[in-house]
Amino acid sequence: MAVKVIIPTPLRVYAAKKDSAEVSAQTVGEALGGLTMQFVELRKHLFTDDGKLRSFVNVYLNDEDIRYMAKEATPVKDGDVVSIVPSIAGGSGALDGESRQG
Amino acid sequence: MADGLPLNISHDLAERIGQHGAETFPHECCGALLGRDSAFEEGAESAREVLELFPLVNRREDSPRNRFAVTAEDVLDAEKAARQQGLDVVGWYHSHPDHPARPSQFDREHAWPWYSYIIVSVMSGKPAEMTSWRLNDDRQAYTQEQIAIRNRTAV
Repeated sequence: MAVKVIIPTPLRVYAAKKDSAEVSAQTVGEALGGLTMQFVELRKHLFTDDGKLRSFVNVYLNDEDIRYMAKEATPVKDGDVVSIVPSIAGGSGALDGESRQG
Repeated sequence: MADGLPLNISHDLAERIGQHGAETFPHECCGALLGRDSAFEEGAESAREVLELFPLVNRREDSPRNRFAVTAEDVLDAEKAARQQGLDVVGWYHSHPDHPARPSQFDREHAWPWYSYIIVSVMSGKPAEMTSWRLNDDRQAYTQEQIAIRNRTAV
């Protein structure tokens, strides 16, 4: 199945500055795998060292969050669009006893 | 990713980031930096300029004093607002209430490359130091980028 994967702005520098890529896949997981085969540098920003999607990496199949579907096993069909959407988090950690370096 | 070039921002927008942090004190504020990065223009040097802000509501209701969160829906909203003005989301800002303007371990673990992360320290409710950071390609550390404040005008 030929699907389009939308690459978020902060990762385009690792994908030849492209905003999307065409991959062949049966599932969302295969589509993401296909993308990181094309652009190896993307991998560490999407997946943890043990191969899990990072918690702040959100993946949509067309307009549906895959967390509410079959996650990475969600099947795809020809013409589907898989979007990688960042979520953003951070904070001082000041009350967690984190060192106040700097 | 940081290449030594500064993050350009107007005096007015820099003040507004500090004011947002003062308004939400002692909670963290957050928002998107809308602007342009010439990395996507052929032959241009990678200069980056913030031209508008997109203030957001901190979604971390459980610990808003030392954490902030921007949902994927917020990110999509910010990207839409940017597109409508012919801009991109080039980064994010947040405040560190009563804490230095330095990225925490938590900041780094949750950061994306390429984006500029502005941190404003808000001490006892008043905006203090403002810094900007970019995550290194290897995700192991941040590099500080200089903030070049331009167009100094009376607010």
